[in-house]
Amino acid sequence: MPDALTRFLQPIDAFGRYVLLMAHAFRSVGEFRSYRTNLVEQMVRIGIDSIPIVALAAAFSGAVTTVQTAYQLVSPFIPRSIIGSIVAPSMILELGAVVTGFILAGRVGARISAELGTMRVTEQIDALEVMGLNSVGYLILPRVIAGVLMFPALYVLACFVGIGGGMLVAELGGFLSVGEFVQGARDFFQPFDPVFGVIKSLVFGFLITSIACFKGYFTAGGAEGVGRSTTQAAVLSCVFILVADLVLAYTLL
Amino acid sequence: MIQVEHLSKSFSGKPVLTDVSLEILEGETMAIIGRSGSGKSVLMKHIVGLLEPDAGRVLVDGTDINAVSYNELRRIRQQFGVLFQGGALFDSMNAFDNVAFPLRHFTRLSEAEIRDRVLHCLSMVQLPDVGPKKPSELSGGMQKRVALARAVALEPRYIIYDEPTSGLDPQTSNTINELIKNLAAELNVTSIVVSHDMHSVLVIADRAAFLYNGRIHWSGTIEEMHRSNDRELLDFVKASEYQIGPAAVRSSHTY
Repeated sequence: MPDALTRFLQPIDAFGRYVLLMAHAFRSVGEFRSYRTNLVEQMVRIGIDSIPIVALAAAFSGAVTTVQTAYQLVSPFIPRSIIGSIVAPSMILELGAVVTGFILAGRVGARISAELGTMRVTEQIDALEVMGLNSVGYLILPRVIAGVLMFPALYVLACFVGIGGGMLVAELGGFLSVGEFVQGARDFFQPFDPVFGVIKSLVFGFLITSIACFKGYFTAGGAEGVGRSTTQAAVLSCVFILVADLVLAYTLL
Repeated sequence: MIQVEHLSKSFSGKPVLTDVSLEILEGETMAIIGRSGSGKSVLMKHIVGLLEPDAGRVLVDGTDINAVSYNELRRIRQQFGVLFQGGALFDSMNAFDNVAFPLRHFTRLSEAEIRDRVLHCLSMVQLPDVGPKKPSELSGGMQKRVALARAVALEPRYIIYDEPTSGLDPQTSNTINELIKNLAAELNVTSIVVSHDMHSVLVIADRAAFLYNGRIHWSGTIEEMHRSNDRELLDFVKASEYQIGPAAVRSSHTY
């Protein structure tokens, strides 16, 4: 029975350690000198380096949404500009943030967790600690801040590229003209929608980087352990993106 | 001076260290010896506060390192240099930046001064030219020597060596042993060597503590070790004699 109890308590224990780790990280926020170089480097690696894949995924999701919406709207009584009214908010409200989130969970989350996990099993984290450096402040804080800063930027990019991809396919595929698309998008535009999207992307950015840091930092068990942490980081990030997506939509919309 | 008092530690119910007490005096080289899995590395990690004891305490110059704040602990740690088993070089940086790392973080030296200091430390470990190389381009022994250069960059008062010669060929081992001896003599540091390599221990240590089943089973000077009749200690030393030849062990104090 104690075994079953331990298994039941495990997620609670993990959550507790996660919260303590993040608290430790944010308490170190004042030691800017020690992590500024890392912050810039992480912003490049998380943000700039992710631009091509995020743009690619966004362009395709925008294009596919356009084609499929056109396919579903066959009635002659519905104006074709409605396609723009559906694709643009879909991108802004949902696809821009979630597609970016899933891609970065794999690309950024797995990298962070493998990197920190390897540093843990090769005693590099211990080496930082015994030098007298705050390893949490030095390693984790810049990664989480970089995620929270760069994710909204990638989200905005994804929206522009996604809607652009939709327009391009609409025009080239002969579904509707760019003018009609923009008209439709404008008719139903809500100023809060992009704000909501930015909030979502901030939360996703925090979740992905913090979960990956948590999994990587507490890696144990050599190369196998690094593999386990990396997989768990990517899977957990995706799960929490879905949960957070629903919670945010329910509470904010 | 480092004092370990009645320290006990267990992992998931399994005791690893039981009532360990140990004193490491200023300027001496103390070896912690014992078989693999006897708790040597666990003891070493307690001394720098990487692990917290279940019972007992560790005093560095009279300060209980588990009773102070994290920031205070970090200041105490800055007096330590630790050579980890695998070197633990930061693989994202080249050798030069590894050695420069503690200098950049804990001193206000200019880049030129840092450069001089790094080159001095790298020359001390006889690797003056490896600066631009990444750790992955260096052999195991070279990585350990660069790691040693990094450990001494800030001129620590205490240097801890975790298995400094394990996995190295005899010649490289000798180089490392020489380095450890020279550092102890030149910088007058207090050294703690965690090792199961008796050959190395006999060459570099002043005193030794023998960990057996999680307890300090025997401790004393190297001279006393030669005269000891303790069964377990003799078994451990004899096993090493078999590996490295009795003559080497017996004549070691003349090295």
